[in-house]
Amino acid sequence: MNDLPQLGRIWVYLAGSPLLGLTLTLCAYLAAFWVYTRCRYSPLANPVAISIALITLTLNVTGMNYHDYFSGAQFIHFLLGPATVALAIPMARQLPRVRRSFVPLVAGLFAGSVTAIFSAVTIIVLMGGTYQLAISMGPKSATTPIAMGISEKLGGLPALTAVLVISTGIVGAVLARFIFNWMRIESHLIRGFALGVSSHGIGTARAFQVSPEMGAFAGLGMGLNGVLTAFVAPWLIPVVVRLMDR
Amino acid sequence: MLITFAVLLIFQCIGEGLSFVLHLPVPGPVVGMLLLFFALLFSPSLLKQLEATATELLRHLSLLFVPAGVGIMVSAGSVQGHWIGVIVAVVLSTVITLMVTAATMRFFISDRSRPIKDQAEERKP
Repeated sequence: MNDLPQLGRIWVYLAGSPLLGLTLTLCAYLAAFWVYTRCRYSPLANPVAISIALITLTLNVTGMNYHDYFSGAQFIHFLLGPATVALAIPMARQLPRVRRSFVPLVAGLFAGSVTAIFSAVTIIVLMGGTYQLAISMGPKSATTPIAMGISEKLGGLPALTAVLVISTGIVGAVLARFIFNWMRIESHLIRGFALGVSSHGIGTARAFQVSPEMGAFAGLGMGLNGVLTAFVAPWLIPVVVRLMDR
Repeated sequence: MLITFAVLLIFQCIGEGLSFVLHLPVPGPVVGMLLLFFALLFSPSLLKQLEATATELLRHLSLLFVPAGVGIMVSAGSVQGHWIGVIVAVVLSTVITLMVTAATMRFFISDRSRPIKDQAEERKP
């Protein structure tokens, strides 16, 4: 038992440096990916969701606070920016197919973007949600920074919006395969694009695990829906909320 | 690999800069992505140069969402609200969006390819 205080001191020392957060993130992800591989890449074993659960559990058990954790994890978080820019590369590779499928892509984008906002707001209002909750819910299919910006501008709760955005990403990544199989949609162009439009980056990450082609169209869907939502949501959300109020 | 990272960071810088100066509602990396996309259309050699490292980076895209995801889930406990309604709305709305987007695209794709397919099938017997 005498060893325990010693161990505790080592832990406190390590927890103070960025090393631990970074190591924890990588190891948790590798463990999650191992589970994902063992489940034969089933979308139900989503590696993002498993990693988040593992790390949140570790933080709770050890009492490490998020600030200390993030001082290490920020190095991984930083790469999200360049990785978003890098989505242009598979998109450019698929350009001939983007040209040929221009009409279906644009139609799918508009239908999906408006449906995402409309369905989120109407369902939460029908379930008895408040005005503020409905606004926080509206932009949840857009990528996190865009969604939080819209939520803040309209008087929603940006922190709640962030939770809803991540949840939407995970729900889409987990359920998409079953929905598309049920609809008998096989085209990776449609599967990828629809996943990107409805479930942004986390859906795109899932699409890249299926095929680079599906990933490219998911990235395209995510980028375009982000831009469209940024322009459409600020006036569409208040209109839908007012309609539901009557 | 280093050249790829340099190019990605340069485009991210331009994107962040434009987004800030023009007060765009779109975040810097997304602007950077659109700019790089247009740049690649004019330079196929740049596309070839960037492809290997970019593919490797994007293969691990899932990992990059983990730190922010943890932060958001840690703060989720402090958010008040009726959770059943929120969960139902998130799941239903996501499923509906996936279905509507996919169905719309299929409608427009099959609309144009149907005559060709029908002819091919007619010829069979």
